[in-house]
Amino acid sequence: MHELGITRNIVSIVTEKAGGEPVRRVTIAIGKLSAVLPEAIRFCFDIVSQGTVVEGADLEILEIPGTAECRTCGTHFELEQLYGRCPCGSVDITRLTGEELLVKHMVIA
Amino acid sequence: MCTTCGCSDSGNPRVTNLQTGPTDKTAHSHSYHSHSHGDHDHHHEHGLDTHHDHQQGHETTVHLEQAILEKNDRLAERNREWFLDRNIVALNLVSSPGSGKTTLLERTIHDLKHAIPISVIEGDQETVFDAERIRKAGCPVVQINTGTGCHLEADMLARGMETLQPPSNSLVLIENVGNLVCPALFDLGEQAKVVVFSVTEGEDKPLKYPHMFQHASVMILNKIDLLPHLTFDVKTCLEFAHKVNPKLQVFQLSAITGEGLQHWYDWVTSQIKNSKKQVIR
Repeated sequence: MHELGITRNIVSIVTEKAGGEPVRRVTIAIGKLSAVLPEAIRFCFDIVSQGTVVEGADLEILEIPGTAECRTCGTHFELEQLYGRCPCGSVDITRLTGEELLVKHMVIA
Repeated sequence: MCTTCGCSDSGNPRVTNLQTGPTDKTAHSHSYHSHSHGDHDHHHEHGLDTHHDHQQGHETTVHLEQAILEKNDRLAERNREWFLDRNIVALNLVSSPGSGKTTLLERTIHDLKHAIPISVIEGDQETVFDAERIRKAGCPVVQINTGTGCHLEADMLARGMETLQPPSNSLVLIENVGNLVCPALFDLGEQAKVVVFSVTEGEDKPLKYPHMFQHASVMILNKIDLLPHLTFDVKTCLEFAHKVNPKLQVFQLSAITGEGLQHWYDWVTSQIKNSKKQVIR
């Protein structure tokens, strides 16, 4: 359940940047290959934000799909897991997206 | 979490020095960022130093684009420099519960402590059982109880190091909380992650927990003395492990019988020899 620690970090970042202003909305990006479950973050968010300026804020989660580039043939393709095989057969790949864990922006009132 | 400033306390970790016994229960004594909660003397800059736009009535959108684990990663980098400065090799041992990490540590301490100074950080949610075993094996040990936390974080390790005070030119073995998921995400500033995996766990673990096996430099396949009693297929296991991480170095051993341990010791010793020149302090 590392999502609890991750959510603490999210609320910590937002609280610090909000400078005491109430936060209405928080947008985060979670890559599908990041081993972080969006639903678990949602579950933790309301609890962790209690008593902070983030309490009651909407949480928007952008899920970023996994993509990779083949180092052999240059093809870009979707990646369902951390490892994968290019349609050309090569397993020598570079992951391009899907590992993001970012606080994108927030709306303060 | 501190509701005043928003800094994370990562679930109230407790640090226990097994040599002296006292438990540091202060949840908020981070040396890395300057505030104390006794008098609430905050030094954070709480200003809005970020770019704003989209004025919509009373609402303001603040663009952050900040990595969620940035703070941990920054502290891990500081730990890495701290180790480098003292020529200390720090290895982060990760595994599921019951893989045999503590037994491997006991044996390693017993067999190498006369050649290399060794000290240990023990991470567990509760109890000092493992730390007591390590102390009996004959080396300094500090226990970090993470409480609700399922992994060690860089700030916990920094606090552990303040208490442990390992000597220069030495080896620090970090036994992380038994968990094949969460510790993979948190860099501690270690030189290498060593994933300990026993033959009683099933050969498909590398595919089920790819993050851990991908972040590790070394995989120890432990309890090989039990292979005659199991259906575990070593060849398939290694194929799965290398599918996830082609560079993973593997040592097959039994921490109980000692079979294969020499390869692990040779690797540890080579890490010490290959690190930068000896530091005199």
